[in-house]
Amino acid sequence: MAQRWSISNALRGMFQRETITDDTWDDLETALITADFGPDIAEEVVEALRADVARLMIDDPRELKRMLRERLEERFAAYDPTLTLQERPAVILVVGVNGVGKTTTIGKLARLLSSHGQSVVVGAADTFRAAAVEQLATWAQRAGVEVVRPEREGQDPASVAFQTVERAKTGNIAMCIVDTAGRLQTKGGLMDELGKIRRVVEKQAPVSEVLLVLDATTGQNGVAQAQAFIEHAGVTGLVITKLDGSAKGGFVLAVQERTGIPIKLIGQGEGIDDLTGFTPHVFVEQLVG
Amino acid sequence: MAAFGSLSTRLTDSLAKLRTKGKLTPSDIDGTVREIRRALLDADVALDVVKDFCGRIRERALGAEVASSLNPAQQVVQIVNQELVAILGGDQRRLELAKTPPTIIMLAGLQGAGKTTLAGKLAKHLAGEGHTPILVAADLQRPNAVTQLEVVAGQAGVAVYAPEPGNGVGDPVKVARDGVALAKSRQHDIVIVDTAGRLGVDAELMQQAAKIRKAIDPDEVLFVIDAMIGQDAVATAKAFQEGVDFTGVVLTKLDGDARGGAALSIRGVTGRPILFASTGERLEDFEPFHPDRMASRILDLGDILTLIEQAQKSFDEEEARRVAEAMLTDSFTLEDFLKQLQQVRKAGNFKQMLGMLPGAKGLREAIDGFDEGEFARTEAIILSMTPRERKQSKILNGSRRLRIARGAGVTVTEVNQLMQRFDQAAKMMKTVAKGGMPNIPGMGPVPGAHGMGKRQPKQQVSKGKRSGNPAKRAAQPIEAPAQQGSVFGGGQAAPNLADMSPEDQAALQKMLGGGR
Repeated sequence: MAQRWSISNALRGMFQRETITDDTWDDLETALITADFGPDIAEEVVEALRADVARLMIDDPRELKRMLRERLEERFAAYDPTLTLQERPAVILVVGVNGVGKTTTIGKLARLLSSHGQSVVVGAADTFRAAAVEQLATWAQRAGVEVVRPEREGQDPASVAFQTVERAKTGNIAMCIVDTAGRLQTKGGLMDELGKIRRVVEKQAPVSEVLLVLDATTGQNGVAQAQAFIEHAGVTGLVITKLDGSAKGGFVLAVQERTGIPIKLIGQGEGIDDLTGFTPHVFVEQLVG
Repeated sequence: MAAFGSLSTRLTDSLAKLRTKGKLTPSDIDGTVREIRRALLDADVALDVVKDFCGRIRERALGAEVASSLNPAQQVVQIVNQELVAILGGDQRRLELAKTPPTIIMLAGLQGAGKTTLAGKLAKHLAGEGHTPILVAADLQRPNAVTQLEVVAGQAGVAVYAPEPGNGVGDPVKVARDGVALAKSRQHDIVIVDTAGRLGVDAELMQQAAKIRKAIDPDEVLFVIDAMIGQDAVATAKAFQEGVDFTGVVLTKLDGDARGGAALSIRGVTGRPILFASTGERLEDFEPFHPDRMASRILDLGDILTLIEQAQKSFDEEEARRVAEAMLTDSFTLEDFLKQLQQVRKAGNFKQMLGMLPGAKGLREAIDGFDEGEFARTEAIILSMTPRERKQSKILNGSRRLRIARGAGVTVTEVNQLMQRFDQAAKMMKTVAKGGMPNIPGMGPVPGAHGMGKRQPKQQVSKGKRSGNPAKRAAQPIEAPAQQGSVFGGGQAAPNLADMSPEDQAALQKMLGGGR
């Protein structure tokens, strides 16, 4: 069975050493790369900590661990993770590549919002994947919120999105979450479709948030995904899913820093309540241990 | 995505430095190995595998025969490629069918890896080979996974067994067992069992997968994994190996731009072969796994094999031979030219083919600027000529050219330009053919592609040279991308492509020849 992994587990040997040696730095870089931070950030962090350690003449590995935590936290906290949902209705588009957990995230988000006393409608604009509409409907039912389905099979997703927002307006519903079909960022035509959905929705109401769902198990391709989705759909926030597995999703730091788009939500389980806001402190705590 | 492109550029840079030297010194090798290490990490290959791999590369490169016919850079690339292919599988294995049907195939993997879609693809693929597969819906976890499998089965035109509604209701072990029993009684020769996605750390669900495996005793357990996965590939693969002991791997979402280093990690860590690759959303987008192509993809050396194969499919061998003969006998006409042109177009989306060439990342801009309309215009001009004009281009005088221009809807200048380019091309082909430069099928290797140890032939010479060998000809844009613009019609792309430095061109060429 895979162990739950944390940097500190990976570094147990390192922290048990008496002093900081060259091996310590190798171990640290290894741990950061294993957490999917990518070779660039891993190198940067190691270099920076190395300089600090030399400057402050620190010799205790435990001190280094605290510094690592602080440095990562500082970098993660450089952006504002709050959702902006002031509009009424607040329209949220959820986008991402295939299989990252968009529909599941919507179910959980609907629950999160409705448990805060907001009325919610979800729109099943993923008219492509087999049974995606039913999957969303099931989640909507679990979350106890309304769902707008396509009127016929293969209906244009933009029109389903339009109807969802329309429903929110006529029914005086505060929150409107639109599911979209998963698409790989390399599919030009499908990416253009996202732009269309966005434009069509904007005819009804401004889009408050475009959330890009990223799978924590993703590697360095996550940055390419984010860049493409930002370009085509105007992403405003990131959702990291599947953090309950053994993957740590270190790549999200690179995504956040390269794109300037903040991480806003974290999904860590299959239960409907397993979605929380992003808190850099907690996230780093779990990561470094 | 510039940040990613720069890595392959860096690798090319470091190799370019090597190229200028006569032999490899340890410090050369260290530099190159460092870049390769980085490239592999950026491709999400697991760190342990990378370390191991780089160690071996270094050792082999140091011990390599310096006197061999390859130059140092080629030598390193070749070693890297050989090692990659060796790890990725060397020989491919096919799906193993049971001696007494039904063959039972179980699918397992993380959530969102693409198991259900893959079940449909596999079923369709097998049905196409004359089997009668049945899909069994044992993913009772994810909302409406059962419905999805039913829809997918319908699309693939195969039977499905889905007794439970799913959404957490029903016992997957029982469904799997019953499904196999049903297949036996109904004489389906293959059973594909779709199971719920699970995380490697989820002991309970892993246990359940193990139970399903025990209950149905599958002939193949396929571990389905997303090509985009990062360093976690190792932990996950190990967990599944311990949990359900898979017999083969399927890589999905290879149509994205992830480099798919996970393939290398999984091979390196579990030793299980990768059997299939899933490359798109349609049920047909499914193919056997090619270790050599994956090797090129991971290091961004280009998918040359795919390119060649694609070209071969559409190039008509017979026609190629005839053209080659025409070149020899000095009777290469506009008609031949037209046919070549049409064959290139038949080979599919030209931009896509260019994109598959190694180092094409740097060429992306030029490729985007490439105007496929040039093909159409050139074709139109030639088609506006009489058969006689096509055979004897010498008779094209002013009034004929004016008529042709009108017919093709272009200006006389464009016709003149085409004729000029054609004359040049024909002349060069003649020189090449007569000079015994062996780029005719059955006559040996193409200069520059095989004799790559030496300096590259001058760009001028390679410009109009169109290989008679269909595969080589398809690959020729590598040698001098500028020729696409110039031979086919002074497209806007020409300046762009020509901007490419001779080093780059040489690098491209070298990858083509020295890469494997």
